Amino acid sequence: MKSNSLVSIDQCSKEDILRILDNARKFEEDPNRKVLKGKVAATLFFEPSTRTRLSFETAVNRLHGRVIGFQDASTTSSSKGETLKDTILMVSNYADLIIMRHHLEGAARYASEITDIPIINAGDGANQHPTQTMLDLYSIRKTQGTLDNLNITLVGDLKYGRTVHSLIVGMSHFNPTFHFVAPNELKMPDEYKNFCDAHHIKYYEHSTFSQEVINDSDILYMTRVQRERFTDLEKYERVKNVYILRNSMLEDSRDNLHILHPLPRVNEIAYDVDDSPKAYYIQQARNGLFTRQAIICEALGITI
Amino acid sequence: MAPKKKELQVAALENGTALDHIPPSQLFKVVSLLQLDKMENTITIGNNLHSRKDSCKGMIKISDKFFEEEEINRIALIAPKAILNVIRDYEVVEKKTVTLPDELIGLVKCNNPKCITNNEPMATRFNVIDKEKGTIKCRYCERKINKEDVIIR
Repeated sequence: MKSNSLVSIDQCSKEDILRILDNARKFEEDPNRKVLKGKVAATLFFEPSTRTRLSFETAVNRLHGRVIGFQDASTTSSSKGETLKDTILMVSNYADLIIMRHHLEGAARYASEITDIPIINAGDGANQHPTQTMLDLYSIRKTQGTLDNLNITLVGDLKYGRTVHSLIVGMSHFNPTFHFVAPNELKMPDEYKNFCDAHHIKYYEHSTFSQEVINDSDILYMTRVQRERFTDLEKYERVKNVYILRNSMLEDSRDNLHILHPLPRVNEIAYDVDDSPKAYYIQQARNGLFTRQAIICEALGITI
Repeated sequence: MAPKKKELQVAALENGTALDHIPPSQLFKVVSLLQLDKMENTITIGNNLHSRKDSCKGMIKISDKFFEEEEINRIALIAPKAILNVIRDYEVVEKKTVTLPDELIGLVKCNNPKCITNNEPMATRFNVIDKEKGTIKCRYCERKINKEDVIIR
């Protein structure tokens, strides 16, 4: 990469992660700082994602930068057949930083190779979404006071869920113990289990979402079991209600337990959990603002 | 006509390169990878020849052509056991095995249809992550591809 781009979480060392999270904490204390005055950030959303775009644009606005961009590629030249390369080079003439989301995998890495201005990957297909991982790490650190030696339980679709895969990579520097809770159809792929083995990370696989696993957890990371992942709908019907978290299941859980979810949720967290002090998924999304502010400053070489 | 020798199945070469121990099923892929079809040199191609090492092999002899390492390593993915003989004045002066490079540029097609490389006019780039098994990983979409599933561009 030519610049300080953030394309994938695996490019971040332990020091990088801790530095960004430290800066994010400063932004949480005061999110309105004038550090981007006179800078222009481009948000190029070739694929719509309102939540992520609003979070990034709020981050830039609160730092007194300006935003240009689009939220839907159908209104741009790429619908006329312009290559990604030309779009990126054209926008590079105008902006100091590009924040991009694209439906094709590898788009952000390619963009980072063809331009001198930094690229922040806001999601490239099923591949990477590093700012989501960073906000997950921030949320874990904030609720636990540390990232070290935690018991983290990942629940739901562990096969296709890119957030859980990246979380494993991001947490790998901090000696975690993982519990993988998923139906057989959506088990954690071997690739990530091999990754854990290579990094001496302990993990346990479960197909039932038991009280025992919940009571042993510091973090419960819930994900959505999507109907479209199943070829056999009968199987879906069988497992769809097995991985639902209800408030009653938290009775004997640890005091420090917190529940995370990348959102949007459908029914995997019952609404009665929302009132529990252990529910953290809404604040988790808010943390995205501060971590993205820190990541933008990191990409532009601005010290806080 | 040259006198027939029992063990010589392909004509001897005065100067050039002999590529030996190519799997018969990959022989014509090797031809196209090395762009031999666009070359004007004298080329002898033998296939399904008897071999002491393998049950059957392919062989290519190219007169007056000496490959750069980079050029020849392109075939390592499809013919990993191929042996390169450099011949000068009818003598083998150098014998080497092809080796898989650390990175393959513009050679392999990514078999992920949602990969950027299949949707932009750009060269593919793969990191070779296991030289023994021949496993490669797309630099862009990060998909891993095993040797058996490789599609040459």
